Amino acid sequence: MTKELVCIECPMGCRLTVTLEDNAVVDVTGHTCPKGPVYARQEAVRPLRVVTSLMRASNRERPFSVKTAAPVPKDRVLECARIIRNTRFPAPVRTGQTVITDVCGTGVDVIATQDVS
Amino acid sequence: MKKVDVLVIGGGSAGLAAALSARENGAENVLVLERSAYLGGILRQCIHNGFGIHKFKQDMTGTEYAKTYLDRTLEAGIPYLTNTFVVELTKDRVATVVHPEQGMYDIHADAVVLAMGCRERPRGMLLIPGERPAGIFTAGTAQRYLNIDGYLAGTRVVILGSGDIGLIMARQFVLEGASVEAVVEILPYSSGLARNISQCLEDFDIPIHYSSTVINIKGRKRVEAVTVAQVNRNRKPVPGTERDIECDTLLLSAGLIPENELSKQAGVELSRITKGAVVDDTLQTSVSGIFSCGNVLHVHDLVDHVTLESESAGRNAALWVQGGLPDTPRSACIPVSDGDGVQGVVPQYIRRTGEDELVPLMFRPRQPYKRCTVCIDLDGTTAVRKKFLVLAPGEMSRVSIKRSLLAKAGSVTVRVEVQV
Repeated sequence: MTKELVCIECPMGCRLTVTLEDNAVVDVTGHTCPKGPVYARQEAVRPLRVVTSLMRASNRERPFSVKTAAPVPKDRVLECARIIRNTRFPAPVRTGQTVITDVCGTGVDVIATQDVS
Repeated sequence: MKKVDVLVIGGGSAGLAAALSARENGAENVLVLERSAYLGGILRQCIHNGFGIHKFKQDMTGTEYAKTYLDRTLEAGIPYLTNTFVVELTKDRVATVVHPEQGMYDIHADAVVLAMGCRERPRGMLLIPGERPAGIFTAGTAQRYLNIDGYLAGTRVVILGSGDIGLIMARQFVLEGASVEAVVEILPYSSGLARNISQCLEDFDIPIHYSSTVINIKGRKRVEAVTVAQVNRNRKPVPGTERDIECDTLLLSAGLIPENELSKQAGVELSRITKGAVVDDTLQTSVSGIFSCGNVLHVHDLVDHVTLESESAGRNAALWVQGGLPDTPRSACIPVSDGDGVQGVVPQYIRRTGEDELVPLMFRPRQPYKRCTVCIDLDGTTAVRKKFLVLAPGEMSRVSIKRSLLAKAGSVTVRVEVQV
């Protein structure tokens, strides 16, 4: 099986063709530099994204910003965003503080990216 | 009159980096003026990641990047005033400021660093016909309403322009539960980063229509639909290609303009291309002792580059104050001009002698290029050649020249050579 990807490492936008066997990458073609295959090997098998979003404080009108402490599988991004959107957390919050543990069973925590008093 | 060594106008990424650098390089009495209630500038509303990759070798959110500089500023004890508006700046470096408690007064500075940032192009500059209902925002305004104030600007969104802020907002509206109907770009390519096209649009199946624009806005009280049409090579709508897209919100993400009202007052010469100050390689403007950096000098794509540039401006301002930077008239500098395929080279002048041997030149290509060479010509003869796999108008690029090569040069031109 092959997959077509556009490399995002630089504006060159190389069109990569990834050959997969049993969901493992066996070949990458179409790249100009070594960044292409590195990107493709992750993206073709298990694409990951950091989710950055807003969390509403339970005791404060304005929201604060959060992110997943590590990338989560791409197909879980919307689910994670919905959980974050519907969670209320009391201020004060410090940058780096965990506000949700193990979001959507991904094993990844959601942490604050802003200080609020 | 209040006196300072280095006065920094603007407390965003550029201003804080310049102030810290001025202090580190020996300027004792530094003051930062910020018109909003907080230091940090536009990064306060940039909750997405992708910052700091060059500067800190890690992927940070805008808020985290801003905090790093905010903490350093507070740690260094650099004085600053928020809610403070500079209403006038003279060529003698006297700033008239208005402060809510201290009132209106003058500050004289030995050196001024202009770090006022930029603004978005509003609807009025885009000349979109149609009704004037609620629901039309610049992308950055919608970003502010959401990330600072907590209000989502709409639920069905069309975005005009594929600048990075628009792409980032497309993703954020989806994550907040809204739907993004389309991104409409008048050019045949995006001015945004490749990463953002992929991760903000393709990840969420948001269509982007190239060579297309919004030719009408419908709705009396609130936006109800926009009419989108394809455009020809002259960017004129092609009859018969019009179609309506229902939406309640139109976001505009169609370019940024440096905010140089104060620079003009001080008599600083501005570039018609960058819309920022014309500077030499110390980032000094045409007015002695006034320096410029960050988005007010030329619009950047990455804050990492803003930081580096502003550190240089702050260092040079400190040198100037200590008498370590000779006053070099423009007539004694070598002019730098845009050659084929190149737009907005900064700096526009290079001094023949200077502290740094390597002089960086920042520029944007006029169009996307693949496998090309950027040449620096001295009086028509190529002195430096640098190969690029790719150049895109959405990403500022850089070439450097050794100052020792410039001793006898009368002019410098940067141009793109396409390989055949």
